[in-house]
Amino acid sequence: MSGAGLRADLDVIANLIEPGEKVLDLGCGDGSLLRYLIDTKRIVGRGVEIAEAKVLACVRHGVTVRQGDLHEELRDYLDGSFDTVILSYTLPYLNDPALIVTNMLRVGRRALVSFPNWGHWRCRLTLLLTGRMPPAPGVPQAWDEPPRARGLTIADFTTFCAAHQVRIATATYLQGSQRIPDRFDTNLRATWAVFELR
Amino acid sequence: MNNLSSVGLITTQYFTFAKDQPLALESGETLGPITLAYETYGQLNADHSNAILICHALSGNAHAAGFNAPDEQAPGWWDDCIGPGKAFDTDKFFVICSNVIGGCKGSTGPMSINPQTGKPFGLSFPVVTISDMVRAQTHLIDHLGIAKLLAVAGGSMGGMQVLEWAAAYPDRVRAALPIATTARHSPMLIAFDEVGRQSIYADPNWNRGDYYDGPRPNAGLAVARMIGHITYLSEASMHVKFGRRLQERARFGYDFETDFAVEGYLRYKGNRFTERFDANSYLYVTKAMDYFDLSDERGSLIGAFAKSTDLIYLVVSFTSDWLYPPYHSKELVSALSAVGADVSYLNIQSTWGHDAFLLEVETMTALLSSFLDRLVKRFEVRPPSGAPSGGTP
Repeated sequence: MSGAGLRADLDVIANLIEPGEKVLDLGCGDGSLLRYLIDTKRIVGRGVEIAEAKVLACVRHGVTVRQGDLHEELRDYLDGSFDTVILSYTLPYLNDPALIVTNMLRVGRRALVSFPNWGHWRCRLTLLLTGRMPPAPGVPQAWDEPPRARGLTIADFTTFCAAHQVRIATATYLQGSQRIPDRFDTNLRATWAVFELR
Repeated sequence: MNNLSSVGLITTQYFTFAKDQPLALESGETLGPITLAYETYGQLNADHSNAILICHALSGNAHAAGFNAPDEQAPGWWDDCIGPGKAFDTDKFFVICSNVIGGCKGSTGPMSINPQTGKPFGLSFPVVTISDMVRAQTHLIDHLGIAKLLAVAGGSMGGMQVLEWAAAYPDRVRAALPIATTARHSPMLIAFDEVGRQSIYADPNWNRGDYYDGPRPNAGLAVARMIGHITYLSEASMHVKFGRRLQERARFGYDFETDFAVEGYLRYKGNRFTERFDANSYLYVTKAMDYFDLSDERGSLIGAFAKSTDLIYLVVSFTSDWLYPPYHSKELVSALSAVGADVSYLNIQSTWGHDAFLLEVETMTALLSSFLDRLVKRFEVRPPSGAPSGGTP
């Protein structure tokens, strides 16, 4: 099953969601992932989003959303309130990733995290040859363009998980919209990664 | 707003209940018979599932939309949001608004005649609370044949009634829209209300509430209203609205006439208010707000919503509202999130202070109409028959 018009990492996430799950989407944007999951998997969805225009878009899409900063909002939910907590593409923009990821696993049974991989060979080559900071794969955002991102690689993230005793249940690697198998050189080849954490 | 989307000419209606069995009030006293002034806009659908109750704020009344007379100067207080094609779309919904008990716009309050004495109640009127106001509204909703409201919505004190509906009557409401409000009146809010009340007490015409035969405590009431108006604005909106502009003079008068535009505004608003509001009602209604505290014995809001998790909530605050600041709304959202309720929240960017809930019409319309559309789909609410709305055969 392929989600109609969903970004490739969101398609991976959507396929990991079981029907009827209770899902919290952090940084849910205009709510299109939650809308898709409500329509196709009959999930119970909740979103958190900071931008007013996107909150309005969520409400327009009939999605339950609360405006706020993840670092604060996540505190309110009781332990184990959700089956899945999603953090798609938002990880590089967080001030305190450890706080968010540990809290995702506190309020949810599992966490799904996707991010663009700055470890991709093209990023590395760009920096090496031009001496300029590369944008994330598939995300043409200059270094000084708001909101500011702090790039990370797949190797950074797996090290981070080990340091915070977070278990990686599954990992899906993408090259563009194609899934690629995990090999010794995944961090060079993958443009995006989706991790299922427990 | 233009009159094309107005509900048009509206007649205020009256419903009297608690004739034989007086209403037991939170204070332990009783009140009855009770009359509620109310207006309705739009039509009830076949299964009575499209009713929305609008709750008014401190100085509001049942006249929320349209005109009571063809030559009326201004439409009802929330006409920007109630009408055909507006946020509360009267082509789809049956919208109800009633004056609170303790008020002075047709519902039983301190200026009503006490049937026992044949004279106005004055201070012999029992003190009422937000919970009493809402209990009275349930009688009106029964009378209108509505088992379950689709939504209850209101700003400021109206929002307190919304929260009370959600907490006390969760089986009778599907959705709650508390706007620019709080779960409990803060000491600062109580303080402002008390200054307003003290100003009324200090007016010699007040005469301990017994003034209906003579001159009214208008000076006191006007000052109370001026204080209120300051709290409804923001520093920024006062800069925009008035700046340091002078009122009808080119230079300072070095006297105590009106120098600044902001003074003129407050004097005008204060005086106008005395023409339409009763000083005793101001005391009763502000007291009801001050008593409002939804939290349980342990001071927790979570307990208050424990039985109200099936409702769908939309909480709205405004960034520059320092009277009911956004963190009051966020506290509500936190408690509702903790109990697992379906709660949406938006802190609307605005410079208009507390008044923003009446002024940010564009954002409010986008937000409210989308949210209400979702309720229509979720609960399969059909439009009333004869409504000019497509979709349902």
